Amino acid sequence: MTQPDAATARNFDAARFRDLYRQMWRIRAFEEQALRGAKEGLVLGAIHPSIGQEAVAVGVCGRLNRDDILLSTHRGHGHTLIKGAAPEAMMRELFGRDGGNCGGKGGSMHIADAGVGMLGANGVVAANIPIAVGAAHAIRLRKESRIVCCIFGDGAINRGPFLEGLNWAKVFDLPVLFVCEDNRFAATTRTAAMTAGEGAAARAEALGIPADSVDGNDLVAVDELVDETLQEVRAGGGPRLIVARTYRLTGHTGADPATYRPESEVATAWEDDPIVRLAATLEAAGVSQDDCAALARQAQEEMAGVFERASAAPWPPVGHAYTDVQDTGSPEERPW
Amino acid sequence: MVKTSYLEASRQALAEEMRRDDTVWALGEDLGRGGVFGQYKGLVDEFGPERISDAPISEACIAGAAVGAAMMGTRPVVEMRFSDFALCATDEIVNQAAKARFMFGGQLGVPLVMRQPTGAWRSSAAQHSQSLEAWYAHIPGLVVTAPATVADAKALLKAAIRCDDPVIHLEHKDLWAFEEEIPAGIDAAPLGAARIAREGEDVTIVTWSKMVHTALEAANALTDKGISAEIIDLRTLWPWDREAVYASVRKTGRAIVAHEAVLVGGFGGEIAARIGEDLYDQLKAPVRRLGAPRIPVSYAPPLEREYHVPAERIAEAAQALAARG
Ligand SMILES: Cc1ncc(C[n+]2csc(CCOP(=O)(O)OP(=O)(O)O)c2C)c(N)n1
Ligand SMILES: [Mg+2]
Repeated sequence: MTQPDAATARNFDAARFRDLYRQMWRIRAFEEQALRGAKEGLVLGAIHPSIGQEAVAVGVCGRLNRDDILLSTHRGHGHTLIKGAAPEAMMRELFGRDGGNCGGKGGSMHIADAGVGMLGANGVVAANIPIAVGAAHAIRLRKESRIVCCIFGDGAINRGPFLEGLNWAKVFDLPVLFVCEDNRFAATTRTAAMTAGEGAAARAEALGIPADSVDGNDLVAVDELVDETLQEVRAGGGPRLIVARTYRLTGHTGADPATYRPESEVATAWEDDPIVRLAATLEAAGVSQDDCAALARQAQEEMAGVFERASAAPWPPVGHAYTDVQDTGSPEERPW
Repeated sequence: MVKTSYLEASRQALAEEMRRDDTVWALGEDLGRGGVFGQYKGLVDEFGPERISDAPISEACIAGAAVGAAMMGTRPVVEMRFSDFALCATDEIVNQAAKARFMFGGQLGVPLVMRQPTGAWRSSAAQHSQSLEAWYAHIPGLVVTAPATVADAKALLKAAIRCDDPVIHLEHKDLWAFEEEIPAGIDAAPLGAARIAREGEDVTIVTWSKMVHTALEAANALTDKGISAEIIDLRTLWPWDREAVYASVRKTGRAIVAHEAVLVGGFGGEIAARIGEDLYDQLKAPVRRLGAPRIPVSYAPPLEREYHVPAERIAEAAQALAARG
């Protein structure tokens, strides 16, 4: 599917989308390097690639201000990168190295970058939702004007914290944008098979939270909807929810061959690659294919350099296993 | 000195800290009406409903929201109503609050206090009576406080609110009405410092929370038998004051660890094992542990009583130890 029509959309601006195209490629290239790192034994724990979902990360996080707060998920490389985290620090974190965002203590699933308002990926599905509404609650108490964006997967809506968190956001009328990144799978299960009713938007609306759905592989559409919705949230309109429909092109983790779905389904989904779709839009707007290819190469070169530098980084000092545990009391000592 | 209840002392602690620091706020169910035990009575009038905030019956979200709000530079005081309900927020306490600072490499602190009314009280039965402090002490990242006295109900809550780590603050329900004379102007207690509740020479009783009072009763009975018991009120279970415990056990050469919680896997086991490992050659007798049988708390008073270690058992254990060495 292509979308040359998107070039006539209200929010379309060729120069800006040219850069957003590069941002999608930065995510893609970062994750390709991360997968290579997993294959080469440099990425140590599980990673959850978002290949095929880049338009959600760029469309949502590209519209956040630096001081806005972001809560992400285990599949959060793209969100984190677009919020402004440095890719080399992220790659070092995935490699468990010194100089990672979390000093190598968190890894891919537990990455945060407080400096850019990214309060954490989360290894526990849906656990970021209550944290997000609490961050928004604090923003309200402190009379600040920034907002909170909380991204979660389609599987997360079946956990209790989804209900508790959305109810909370509505009851206290908090400035939160919830984004359900619906990639149709929760690990190896088709989410629809385990979800009653009409899904995240219907559940939000049942609580009085306005909800919209969007083709999550159409960056122009995501960007436009997020822009409009954030204006409402920033204006004090209370919480909003967006469902961005997309597809996970890789396995659940770097190691998952995803044999639970037919290859034809995946092949069809590749035709809907958000990067290819935006390239078509850009072309219709006069951006040449060569120009697009150069942007892709630029991102790939950036991330290849990131890979090299991260793989040369030292391990964290062993003593760091004992730091940042807690202030109170004597530092813990090795008991063995 | 002013006669004050444990409950009133805790109310004063929160009010004083909220006056001192406008980033402190409280959230929980029914706080606007004073809280289920009245420990928040009148606070909404002074501080308003934003800082004494009601919450939906969403324990996971109450705790999780406190984590997010703490990361954003406020100091939330979370009310869990009964410690048993905090189990609905186990992920938020154990995986989120306790771990965020470490796993994010020290970028984000979580200075929250979770008040958990704990312990058996007036036929509250199995789901409203538990003492689960050992679970929290087991989790790296958490501080655990358990006041036994009126002064500490105030001083430890103030300390918990000022602490930069997440604190599980266990307030014993059967002590709410307990009254003592306390000085005006009690300040925050140091966390991790035990208190000698009673000096003695022959046997050390290490304990906390309501069991301190049972131990004091036992110690009084022991005086008649010519045995002098020293009682250490730990006050903070993590970090616990090893120096104070060791100093006492070095002096007496005998130790009992007593708590209300189920004996099996209770925090007394940790203390007893440490004493055994580190002070083996100074002990005149093996360390004794006393705690509840491994049964849920009953409703009917004669059955409920089975859960409690009576003062006489502590006294008997002390006598048996004193007879050795
Ligand atoms: C509470 C909890 N249960 C189970 C898991 C294991 N798990 C990790 S990711 C995942 C699937 C989540 O699906 P979804 O929310 O749709 O996110 P996606 O992986 O598709 O991005 C599961 C079950 C977990 N991390 N946390
Ligand atoms: Mg999913």
